[in-house]
Amino acid sequence: MKTKTKIASRKSQIPRVLVNLPEASDERLDLDKRIKVLKTYKIYIDGKFPRSESGRYYKLKDSKGNHITNMSRASRKDFRNAVVAARNAVSSWSDRTGFNRGQIIYRIAEMLETRKAQFIWELVSQGISRENSVNEVNTAIDRLVYYAGWADKYQQIFSSVNPVNASYFNFSVPEPTGVVGIIAPEEFSFIGLISNIIPAILGGNTCVVLASESMPLTAISFAEVLQSSDVPAGVVNILTGFEKELVSHFSGHMDVNAIIYTRNDPAQIKAIQISATSNLKRIHIRKDQNWMSPESQNPYIILDNQEIKTIWHPIGF
Amino acid sequence: MAVKTRKTRQSKPIPSHFPNIDQVGIEERVARLNSRSIKKDSKVKALKLALSMIDLTTLEGKDTEGKVRQLCYKALHLHDSLPKLPHVAAVCVYNSMVGIAKETLAGSDIKVASVATAFPSGMSTLKVKLQETKFAIGQGADEVDMVISRGKFLAGEYNYVTDEIAAIKEACGKVHLKVILETGELNTLDNVRKASDLAIFAGADFIKTSTGKIQPAATMPVTLVMLEAIRDHYYLTGKKIGMKPAGGISKAKQAIQYLVMVKETLGNAWLNNNLFRFGASSLANDIIMQIIKQETGRYHSKDYISID
Repeated sequence: MKTKTKIASRKSQIPRVLVNLPEASDERLDLDKRIKVLKTYKIYIDGKFPRSESGRYYKLKDSKGNHITNMSRASRKDFRNAVVAARNAVSSWSDRTGFNRGQIIYRIAEMLETRKAQFIWELVSQGISRENSVNEVNTAIDRLVYYAGWADKYQQIFSSVNPVNASYFNFSVPEPTGVVGIIAPEEFSFIGLISNIIPAILGGNTCVVLASESMPLTAISFAEVLQSSDVPAGVVNILTGFEKELVSHFSGHMDVNAIIYTRNDPAQIKAIQISATSNLKRIHIRKDQNWMSPESQNPYIILDNQEIKTIWHPIGF
Repeated sequence: MAVKTRKTRQSKPIPSHFPNIDQVGIEERVARLNSRSIKKDSKVKALKLALSMIDLTTLEGKDTEGKVRQLCYKALHLHDSLPKLPHVAAVCVYNSMVGIAKETLAGSDIKVASVATAFPSGMSTLKVKLQETKFAIGQGADEVDMVISRGKFLAGEYNYVTDEIAAIKEACGKVHLKVILETGELNTLDNVRKASDLAIFAGADFIKTSTGKIQPAATMPVTLVMLEAIRDHYYLTGKKIGMKPAGGISKAKQAIQYLVMVKETLGNAWLNNNLFRFGASSLANDIIMQIIKQETGRYHSKDYISID
């Protein structure tokens, strides 16, 4: 009895955080008198977390209109820098074996699993119900594992040996397109982001991503996961900011080889289609998609950003 | 010839006092100049000016005749789909390639610069260096880029270094002589200033930062110190010496920063390719991409520009 009291009294002296490491969402934290250390959400370019070069930001509010945090409002120059980083990363990333890319994507899943609570908390604070948030994060991790498995398989499945009427050995293989610009979904801010980034980089591409404008928190936290998962700098670059300001640069930049647009604005879609002809970008419009559904994960999405290269190899007799 | 050199020295003793350089001051000045923002029309003008100042360079052991021909072709046709683009000032090659470059560039006013004097180390005798210089000139080089003997310089043998430059200058005659200080090996800005003063005293037409083989190559503080040496010499004698930063300048933005520094230190008289050059190979492509960006409003890709 005596011992018990002793323990109890000691416990009350220890700061609460140490007694029971809370989830990030734990409201008991608010009882603490100390000033909270808030995270500055910055953008992710070339493996680093700079603020926007423009110094601009926008206020992020939750569904009740409370000010959650300030997000960097990326400028066209941030986008340009991101494309330079992505371009530089293409050759070494695409030269890696599919097996190795698969290992790295599995590693992302591992890292995400350990930081689940943070992602759930971020989704909740952006107005998603707790149940849906848990669901979304779990699905995202499973999807990463799913795609990791495809990394060393898609190439042989989509390759072919072609019969030709001449003395050639003729075969076709998928090769990465290069730099992919991704306008991530506004809704499904996390699972939608992952479902578009992963198939692109899995196939040896690098990407520049514009995160959801109203729910960008998980995108930047995901960048932290990427940074600690052996994903080389420049392979994924994530910007936060306004679609209407940046999308014309995504579609117009001559060094971007493909663009994925996942939102629903018909005027924007048309503008992208016109602008992307400048260097014949591959355009993928993925609108009205339920990113939670299992149908949103399949190897054909990897193929979207692959180019089929056919080789005619002479056969000597 | 050696006698003549000595005569020069008798009439005018080599400088014995050199100004000390305030490194912190130089760095602050550079940072301040770099904060200038050059936009729109002035940017396009600056880019075109920078393009016209480039010495397109290939100085590699693996250089072949084909590579040099390709470089010369590039000098002549930077980006033909952009009319009214200035061409580069010169191509810079090893002396064994001067003949090829001369032949390929025949009829144009692009100059051929040749490195000489046991480039890049400079570790050889004066006799061999003179021979090499004469060979380059015999092949038709319009400009000679020599390296100073850094070992001797660091050992304090300033007379040797100065005499050597003077001897090479004499062998060059009317051919332009650029003197490479290889500032990456001189360790301090004080030394850079010293070497600049000696080179100018010995008759250099241009002073040049680096060979491009040693890191760090051209940096802005080093260039500023050299520009100040040129400025002080101009105030003293009224004679204009040229400047060539080389190595490590590969972005259009950097080039514009250098131009700002030249204008602020020496004035408009130096803003032309008779008195200022960039030694670079990939800079030209980046400038072309920026010019296209200014014209079309779209960021451009290397895929549409000739390879370096």
